[in-house]
Amino acid sequence: MAEETLATFTIRRLAVLDEHGVADEPLLPALSEEELLRLHELMVLARTFDQRALALQREGRLGTYPPITGQEAAQVGSAFALDPTDRVFPSFREMGVHLTLGYPVDRLYQYWAGDERGQRAPEGLEIFPVCVSVGSHIPHAVGAAIAARYRKEEAVAVAYFGDGATSKGDFHEALNLAGVFRLPALFICQNNQWAISVPVKEQTAAVSLAQKALAYGIEGVQVDGNDVLAVYRATREALERARSGGGPTFIECLTYRMEDHTTADDAARYRPPEAVEAWKRKDPISRLERFLTGRELLDDGKIADVHTQAVATIDAAVKAMEAIPPPSPAEMFDYTCANLGRRQVAQRQEA
Amino acid sequence: MAQLNMVQAINLALAQEMERDDRVVLLGEDVGRDGGVFRVTEGLQERFGAERVMDTPLAESGIVGAAIGMAAFGLRPVAEIQFLGFAYAAFDQLATHASRLRGRSRGRFTCPLVVRTPYGGGIRAPELHEESSEAFFCHLPGLKVVVPSGPYSAKGLLLAALRDPDPVLFLEPTRLYRMIREEVPEEDYTVPLGTARVAREGSGVTVIAWGSMLERTLKAAKPYDAEIIDLLTLNPLDLETILSSVRKTGRLVIVHEAPLTCGLGAEIAATVAAEAILSLRGPVLRVAAPDVVMPLPKLEDAYLPTAEQIQAALDEVLKY
Ligand SMILES: Cc1ncc(C[n+]2csc(CCOP(=O)(O)OP(=O)(O)O)c2C)c(N)n1
Ligand SMILES: [Mg+2]
Repeated sequence: MAEETLATFTIRRLAVLDEHGVADEPLLPALSEEELLRLHELMVLARTFDQRALALQREGRLGTYPPITGQEAAQVGSAFALDPTDRVFPSFREMGVHLTLGYPVDRLYQYWAGDERGQRAPEGLEIFPVCVSVGSHIPHAVGAAIAARYRKEEAVAVAYFGDGATSKGDFHEALNLAGVFRLPALFICQNNQWAISVPVKEQTAAVSLAQKALAYGIEGVQVDGNDVLAVYRATREALERARSGGGPTFIECLTYRMEDHTTADDAARYRPPEAVEAWKRKDPISRLERFLTGRELLDDGKIADVHTQAVATIDAAVKAMEAIPPPSPAEMFDYTCANLGRRQVAQRQEA
Repeated sequence: MAQLNMVQAINLALAQEMERDDRVVLLGEDVGRDGGVFRVTEGLQERFGAERVMDTPLAESGIVGAAIGMAAFGLRPVAEIQFLGFAYAAFDQLATHASRLRGRSRGRFTCPLVVRTPYGGGIRAPELHEESSEAFFCHLPGLKVVVPSGPYSAKGLLLAALRDPDPVLFLEPTRLYRMIREEVPEEDYTVPLGTARVAREGSGVTVIAWGSMLERTLKAAKPYDAEIIDLLTLNPLDLETILSSVRKTGRLVIVHEAPLTCGLGAEIAATVAAEAILSLRGPVLRVAAPDVVMPLPKLEDAYLPTAEQIQAALDEVLKY
């Protein structure tokens, strides 16, 4: 018997805008001018939220916080493609997704200030609470997709996670299950190239994360994660595939973590500042601004207005968050289970 | 009324609840075509279809993780883990997510999930097929832990678990699967979670047991004036039943097949010491497995508590 080739695979990489904001016209997604401007506003809002969070943390007004700066395109671009009925399973570094989907800004800050009540997604938004345990939420999207299909609901289940999470068993189990059941699910990885101090090259021997999808028999694609239009396009395609019964997709957004891992981290211990400098040139917001300015949809004055508006939104949210009265100790008990045991009832009274 | 064994009683409960509530969906390894390695789900895939009785890939964390997502979005999943020893891989999902989802989302998402798994020793099976690590799971606020002791309680507790708004770990004592036959009503009934059962009334000593140790305790305690409590729910504990019995008898023996140290017996003993010490006439004794790993079949009998050990403990407390 001779050796034969069972199958060959290719890994696609998608980019729409280059670093100068010049578009590959045929690849431009169908977005109206208002929508393009909205993407810009949301990215600016996300960055403003983030930089304010860092400032608030330094002043002791927020707890430990994981910044998203540099990852706005991956977050806003993907979330912008979702329907409100889609089920979102975020990790802990997805504030741009929350903001894009309309999560109340003060509630987001409330959570990062250490108040779990901020995690309660408002009715009408199917956003699971933040998952601090890396990667362990990915199977939840599988279950939500099973439920959607079983109940003949249109929703797609979307799990967000980082490059580090792709080393976890739950990532493997989830993608495998999603492939076997051909589920309406979407797995969005923000490869920001670091898992705290571990670079992605030490996370896997594979040349891309996207190719991992192939082993599960599902679609996998790498996109320029700092190109909001590429991320949006890839997400739209994947959602359409999911909704039409074509099964799950794994999207790797290649991006970069511009700040420390969290406010409790000091990235200078493990990565050279030059690496960060190089990525500043690929900044997702200025890239979109160049594109929109080229199309005469934006100019310096309008950009300044967008920033002013974002700052006003954030100012109001911080004010609202800080006006929320602290939770009462009894609150710890009220959501442990629907029917408290006798002992918990007594403990609640004493709390 | 039919005489059923526990396998049949659980199968009946699942079938009846699937009939009544189309949100109930089963998933696990070999649960469909094969009807489960103990045949507990036999015939259910034929009857309800592969969409409601899902054979999954071999992935314990993935199965429980997926079940959490199903539960949060309107289904009532029943995940089968083939043996408790393999639930360790899913412990993360139970501890990190199932037990916390209601709290973490402040009630926005809940997790009405049942994880069923064969549990306990005495069946001469390979390693990790006879674990009795219930105490790990009882330490998770937000997760209920239930152990039936016979066909009647199995059906009633499972129906209660399937209707509970929160996650329940349902431990099925494998040694009892086909050992006991009992009258099991065809009608709908539940055995409420969090409620222990006085399996035998008595006044000289209280003995608390659950699962397959209840059967052994009932036999061993025959010659004694013992009140025997079948715990049924391990978390939350039915403290009223325990304390009122101890206040009556003044003596307490706890029997479990898990290792002594940090076993559930310790929690019960500490509670009795705190709340009923003045009723006690003698020490609280625990009859438990030694602090070793559950051995392979050749040493299984040396590990599991015996009738003689239970009797020795009863003799000891009755000296006071
Ligand atoms: C299961 C688990 N292990 C370790 C940690 C500690 N930790 C928090 S974030 C992190 C790195 C995560 O990297 P990645 O998945 O790339 O996400 P990123 O932080 O880059 O967004 C680690 C090790 C954790 N939260 N959960
Ligand atoms: Mg990372």
